[in-house]
Amino acid sequence: MTTDDSFPWPWQHDFPPFYTLQPNADTRRKQEEAWCTLILSYCKHYKTHQLDVAEISAGPLFNNKSIQRKLATEHIVGILNVLSKKGHVEWLDTNKKSCIIMWRTPEEWGKLIYDWAKSFGLMNTVCTLYELTNGEDSAGQEFHGIENWLLVRALKTLQSSGKAELISLGEANDGVKFF
Amino acid sequence: MDRLQWSNVSLKDDENFHHSNDGVKLYDGENKASAYEDGNLVLTSHRLIWTNVNDERVCLSLDLSYITSLDEEPSSFTRSAKIVCYLSPRKSGTGSGPVTHSSYTFVRWSFQKGGQTEFMRQLKDVVGRRLWEVRKAPTNQGSSYQVGKLKQGIAGIEKKINEQQRRTDSTISAAFEDLDALMVKAKEMVAISKSIAAKIEQKQGNITEDETVRFKSYLLSLGIPDPVTRDSHKSNSKYLLELSKQISSVLVTPLQECGGMMTLTDVYCRINRARGVELLSPQDLYDACKLLPSMDLPVTLKTYGSGVRLIQLRSSDEESVVAETALLVEERNCLSADELARVIGLSVIIAKERLLLAEQKGKLCRDDTVEGLRFYPNKFLTDCIS
Repeated sequence: MTTDDSFPWPWQHDFPPFYTLQPNADTRRKQEEAWCTLILSYCKHYKTHQLDVAEISAGPLFNNKSIQRKLATEHIVGILNVLSKKGHVEWLDTNKKSCIIMWRTPEEWGKLIYDWAKSFGLMNTVCTLYELTNGEDSAGQEFHGIENWLLVRALKTLQSSGKAELISLGEANDGVKFF
Repeated sequence: MDRLQWSNVSLKDDENFHHSNDGVKLYDGENKASAYEDGNLVLTSHRLIWTNVNDERVCLSLDLSYITSLDEEPSSFTRSAKIVCYLSPRKSGTGSGPVTHSSYTFVRWSFQKGGQTEFMRQLKDVVGRRLWEVRKAPTNQGSSYQVGKLKQGIAGIEKKINEQQRRTDSTISAAFEDLDALMVKAKEMVAISKSIAAKIEQKQGNITEDETVRFKSYLLSLGIPDPVTRDSHKSNSKYLLELSKQISSVLVTPLQECGGMMTLTDVYCRINRARGVELLSPQDLYDACKLLPSMDLPVTLKTYGSGVRLIQLRSSDEESVVAETALLVEERNCLSADELARVIGLSVIIAKERLLLAEQKGKLCRDDTVEGLRFYPNKFLTDCIS
């Protein structure tokens, strides 16, 4: 995590009731929605892929020192569960101590990559994964520099819908062919 | 007669005068004590004191503690009535008296002018109380020398407790005698106040409007002229039905004054104050209030989510209460229940119910911390997500 502190906090972050679980169902839904949006945009801003619940609960995301409010750990887990239902979070252990977080779901990434490949005329050609993430063509794309495991997962979603096929080129140098 | 000692008429510190009788002659056992005729016999809390009517210096006293039992000899043609005091043996501490040794274990008082019946009654009473023991006990505590003389141990303690209970009983019954008298007069009082009110209305010209209004308010706070009581109704359900009607009619005005809501505690106080004497039990009041929602009355009982039960006007509009509360919170950024209570001048319970209601309606949201529960305008619903 970088020390860059320029993350633009939404107004909720300074709103004390944000840190209390709201009993009113409508209010609660909006509150959870706001937390989900905040967590994803925060992780996106700092390019975070993995969260440790204990660590993150002490951090500025769930802890606003200026108004002396923090979200209780059980509620953090609750919010992450909501995100997990939406496909943004996957727990790494059954105790729910840490998780991977994907501000875009693999499906969304896959679509992004497929649309790009299509516009670049890469259909029916094999390109290596390295080319995709670090090649000159993809520079400036959001998935440029994406972590390998996430890329593989994104491509696998394409594969299962018949839009791409992963090809093993050996020695950890895999390729993909778009259809 | 050797238990009698020379004395004078002045009383000791904690001694009290009880009764006296003239024309009393002293007998040592069966024998007439010729020197002690025609005297005045005084009964105090501690002693019997006999004084010669002609010479006050001739004064004898008998400690009541000597008396073991009492007897009465009725009068006949030749004999006047007598009280017989059987006595315990002479104690060493007794002062000197007219006789140093007597073969009799009793003395007799002959009442030549009558009055023995009343004297006997008083004497029995005083001896029964054994005040000389009660008085000594607290002052001589810890003195081993005195212990032997006092009633100690369990019997003593029991006696003390009994004495205490007797006194408490009499205090309580004395206190309630007053109340009973008040109850008897209460209806009359209400009738009088009504007639005064009517007279005032007639003579309104003589009194200023302001004074009339004030006097009327005093009269009104005197309360319900004809309270519904259990006695006046045969069945319990009829009684509660009537009671709930009365509660409704009494509470309409105060409810309008205080914003349409009242806690059951407040209702209990108001109703009983208005009734004055025929007080309601909390259970009867509660049972009557439970009937309110099913009746076509302007007042109803409402149970809130938190379990609080409030009496409120049927007409009081939930929407407007919520809107008002939300507005107050918005004006002050945030409010806790007691702050709101101060703002609207109602009880904290009601203020809290209003906040919870507004929250339930989505107008407010909560901030629950160790410092307490505060409510904020519900920006989650009004403002956009980011």
